[in-house]
Amino acid sequence: MFEIIFILGGAYLIGTAVERKHYRSIAAREKETLRVPISTRKTVQEGDQQRISEATLAYGSVVVSIDRFKRFLAGLRNIFGGEVASYASLIDRARREAFLRMKESHPHADYFVNCRIETSTLSNGQGRAVGTVEVLAYGTAIYLSK
Amino acid sequence: MIVTNLETVPGKAIDEHYGIVQGSTIRAKHVGRDMMASLKNIFGGELKGYTELLVESREEALSRMIRQAQEMGANAIVNVRFSTSSVAQGAAEILAYGTAVKVS
Repeated sequence: MFEIIFILGGAYLIGTAVERKHYRSIAAREKETLRVPISTRKTVQEGDQQRISEATLAYGSVVVSIDRFKRFLAGLRNIFGGEVASYASLIDRARREAFLRMKESHPHADYFVNCRIETSTLSNGQGRAVGTVEVLAYGTAIYLSK
Repeated sequence: MIVTNLETVPGKAIDEHYGIVQGSTIRAKHVGRDMMASLKNIFGGELKGYTELLVESREEALSRMIRQAQEMGANAIVNVRFSTSSVAQGAAEILAYGTAVKVS
């Protein structure tokens, strides 16, 4: 019993600190890459058709796992129902991180089109397994001739 | 080889279609990485070992797809999609597929 409380407490403290640090890094990097738009449109912007020098596939991915404390909270949620907020922040930062990595893989691109997100479960958190998801963001990087 | 997930190659015209090309790979986790990941699992956050593993597998899948397109004589692959599925406990399949075309 004592051991469980110790692990949950440690997971809560470290997990929260890690999450905060990650959100700060995401916010800073999103601000830095703000000048490069990403969109889900399938076509390039009007009038750019003749100016394109290169169009190439770009992708970024990240694997994240839930901490023990949040998993415990989610377990409680399963009893009462409702939104599982503890998982939402995990998936949110994974998706934002994946898009940032996609952008950072092509730092000189002018913009990205046809961006897609794919989430896949690597382990579902049943039994002894801990919930682990992979998020992949991909799109086409467009380079314009100057 | 131009690889894009758009339906056409911007600024170029498609002359010929060669059909679907695909590349896939199934990777299992490595014991050392798995142990580190299970420690990391207590505190949550990014599992860097797995991220690297999946990035490597995705590059492998892409290069297999590109090789298949080259054998067909294509010079571009359009409408590329990725898919990941876990086939067995501890192993993941990464698939990349698209349409091989000739552009000019």
